Amino acid sequence: MHSATSESARTRRAGSRALASIRDSDFGHDQARHLLWRAGFGGSPEQVQTLAAWGPERAVDFLLDTDKIPTDPVKADRFDKDIMRPPTPAERRDYRQALQRRDEDAVAKFRVRRQEAQRADRRQMRQIQQWWLTRMIETPRPLEEKMTLFWHGHFATSYRTIENSYHMFVQNQLFRKHALGNFANLLFRIIRDPAMLAYLDNNDSRKGKPNENLARELMELFSLGVGNYTEQDIKEGARALTGYTFEDDQFVFVANNHDDGEKHILGRSGRLDGDGFVTAILERRACARFITRKLYEFFVAKLPTDPGDADRPTRDALHELSSAFLRRRYEVKPVLRRLFLSEHFYRPEIINQQIKSPAQLAVGALRSLGTPVRDLSIILDAMDLMGQSIFFPPSVKGWDGGRSWINTSTLFVRQNTMAFLLTGKKPHGYDALADQEKYDPTPLLSALASADPGAERDPARVVDFLLRFTIGSAPDHAASTLRQFVANNGGRIRPDVVTGLLLLITAMPEYQLC
Amino acid sequence: MDLHNANAFTRREFLHKGLVLASASAAVPAFIQSSALALPRTGAALSSLPGVPQDRILLVVQLGGGNDGLNTVIPYIDDMYYRARPGLGIPKNAVLQLGRGSGVGLHPAMTGMKELFDEGLCAVVQGVGYPNPNRSHFKSMDIWQTADTSATGDGWIGRYFDAECCGSGKGESGTPEAQSQPGIAIGRTAPLAMQGRKVKPISFETAELFRWTGQDVHEALVDPYRQVTRRGLVDGIDPDSNAAFLMRTALDAQVSSDLIRKAVRRKSSVEYPRSGLAQQMAMVASMIHAGLPTRVYYVTLGSFDTHAGQGAAQGRHANLLGQFAGAVRAFYADLKAQGNDSRVLTMSFSEFGRRVGQNASGGTDHGTAAPMFLCGPMVRPGVIGKHPSLRDLDNGDLKFRIDFREVYAGILTDWLKADADTILKRHFRRARIVRA
Repeated sequence: MHSATSESARTRRAGSRALASIRDSDFGHDQARHLLWRAGFGGSPEQVQTLAAWGPERAVDFLLDTDKIPTDPVKADRFDKDIMRPPTPAERRDYRQALQRRDEDAVAKFRVRRQEAQRADRRQMRQIQQWWLTRMIETPRPLEEKMTLFWHGHFATSYRTIENSYHMFVQNQLFRKHALGNFANLLFRIIRDPAMLAYLDNNDSRKGKPNENLARELMELFSLGVGNYTEQDIKEGARALTGYTFEDDQFVFVANNHDDGEKHILGRSGRLDGDGFVTAILERRACARFITRKLYEFFVAKLPTDPGDADRPTRDALHELSSAFLRRRYEVKPVLRRLFLSEHFYRPEIINQQIKSPAQLAVGALRSLGTPVRDLSIILDAMDLMGQSIFFPPSVKGWDGGRSWINTSTLFVRQNTMAFLLTGKKPHGYDALADQEKYDPTPLLSALASADPGAERDPARVVDFLLRFTIGSAPDHAASTLRQFVANNGGRIRPDVVTGLLLLITAMPEYQLC
Repeated sequence: MDLHNANAFTRREFLHKGLVLASASAAVPAFIQSSALALPRTGAALSSLPGVPQDRILLVVQLGGGNDGLNTVIPYIDDMYYRARPGLGIPKNAVLQLGRGSGVGLHPAMTGMKELFDEGLCAVVQGVGYPNPNRSHFKSMDIWQTADTSATGDGWIGRYFDAECCGSGKGESGTPEAQSQPGIAIGRTAPLAMQGRKVKPISFETAELFRWTGQDVHEALVDPYRQVTRRGLVDGIDPDSNAAFLMRTALDAQVSSDLIRKAVRRKSSVEYPRSGLAQQMAMVASMIHAGLPTRVYYVTLGSFDTHAGQGAAQGRHANLLGQFAGAVRAFYADLKAQGNDSRVLTMSFSEFGRRVGQNASGGTDHGTAAPMFLCGPMVRPGVIGKHPSLRDLDNGDLKFRIDFREVYAGILTDWLKADADTILKRHFRRARIVRA
């Protein structure tokens, strides 16, 4: 009787074969470490040990139930919303009159004020970048920030185009609010988001002269993917979105500019507006499939261009995840829960095979190794050179991720960023003014010491432990090079020697993986 | 050891001891080894071997975002142009007319390109595109970069390198195997066009970031660093895995770092304009000067996606065209001073042109056919092809007259001496763009 109950409980939990749950007994150090890297930005040795001891259910729920972990709420007045405030009608009139009078001094004054505002706004954008990076580094809810980053890459919007830092902040807060919420809600919100409306030129799309940019990307990149809509759907969708614009930092619907005629979009007909368009999108199975694939690529592994080319277990897993996504009406959390609890997620060919994004590399190093934060602006510059400047995605497609992060040059920037975090040696060439704050790597070894007192003084054990913690395995070739390094430098485990070991490990190709 | 006291080890000492080429190591892939060995050969020595394929260099200039071809090469004799562009049209008297009878001229910001044209160093190929044009930036860019209208597969230049570098004795495309080095892309990300199945491009944004600074911390790190980064593939690693990809890239990075940083230390005798594109092209000129056996270089200028506030004779689009023309002009002046100008052919492209009619935001939306520029002493100069009709439109868009793969075929066959049919995966009539 007892065993039958637990058997059926297990089957229920398992759901089906493709996403069978991982057994408690299969969840140890390596799996906990994997979960922390993928569902967050990596963890310290203690955090890995704690999650491993908790077992999969408690560990996954801890990461997913972000609302149970208190944080300080972000206030809407955290940043100045008026820097790029458009001129008032009175100011506009004064400017026009100055132009008519050919009063060049007055005109020049207006221009100078505008330029000053733009400079101030770029400074504020820099502050917002630092604010978000700090959140990623310090948050007790790593998955919330990771999903915020996911949505930022998905609904990619760049400050470079819209030049309004407060709008970027508002959009970032939107992503954080819906981070683990409901995708459908987010899609209804995004067509009202000032940053998005400006980025994809919908703010002056009007009846008779619709701008197709938002309609196209809404389907191509944000919800359905190429091949699941027609050029006609774009044209009609653009009409549905006419009149969707904003004033200051608030969405407004300008009925006079809206085309309220009959439309046919994705098989839905009627006098559709933006919400009707989004509803038509959400009714498509392709939408759940497309978002599931993007989540899978972000958290698990890159997929072949043609989904049919994926292996059978992957195809089955994707099918189940997207069915669950549709069944739960686009709730994100249950889908991620099934994924993070599945055996599939912990397959050996998945663990340590994802190329870290620049954010994962930098934030992950800070969170897992506990180096000093040093200088946020240097870290942001380095992330830019690595190809990921937050709030400045390269295009509306976001970041391609995977191997596109890596080329011979970004590999050096990655190594040099690690050298900077570990030693204060600045990553830009030869800077004499190195940051002198010293990194103390000894806390890293306390997990080793508590498990096996004395091991933290044994070079072979320390090398093995550091390799397993940082790159997930201890290949012979690297271990022997590193043991030799210790032997050549006094033979004893001292803080500088450990930092030296970490400099070498973080320069290894394998360190780019998680 | 004290990692914060690097006094025991100066940078000069490091450069002396540390930068020994890894070419002798068994782990170095063959194509890198041959390129490292080929380095002592100077550009001058190479150019004394006319007709030898490795003599020739291609520079690709990508104009990203969809360049408005109609305001680049302007059909100023056609009233339809001015009717379609009431706010954006370039006045006839401002257009830099390209000879008599062509009926087209360059945007007034492109004085540098006009000079090249007048000197017989520039060909303008009109109305270039492909069937069933795609108006998505990404899709259309991928189509241009793969030379395949399904936008799938490797890059066209990558396929060229695969064919040239990896045959045994003879390149797979039937040309003699070249001692060439994979292409070099200047920029953040390596373009798809350069990605082959076997050969991957080298890419970097600035050369001084192209080394590990960790080794300046203490000399004891230098040898173990070389051991963990230069070992190439480790036994038992799946060659298709991300780990194997990273190990290969790490090795490439080490070897090419040594070569390239040396090359770009040169100061050019020519003054380049102060633009990002000009700086990229100055670096390319320096690498050519150093005799790097690289066959293809790739530079990029973006922001051509002018949906709003495009400007006319002045403004955003004008600035971009000015940067482009000024950079190409300075590049050829530099190459001429080096004596390398006739070895280098430059080709520009964009993923699409823009619609004929302007939009309500003072800009233009995604369109289709547009002109390409080909520069260098070896191009067949002049205006090639007719301007697409402004009356016979396809849904408000220009109809293409020349398939871009005909231009690629001309470059592959007549300039790089490669088998275009194999690389382009089918036969295209080749555009005659290289001097006979």
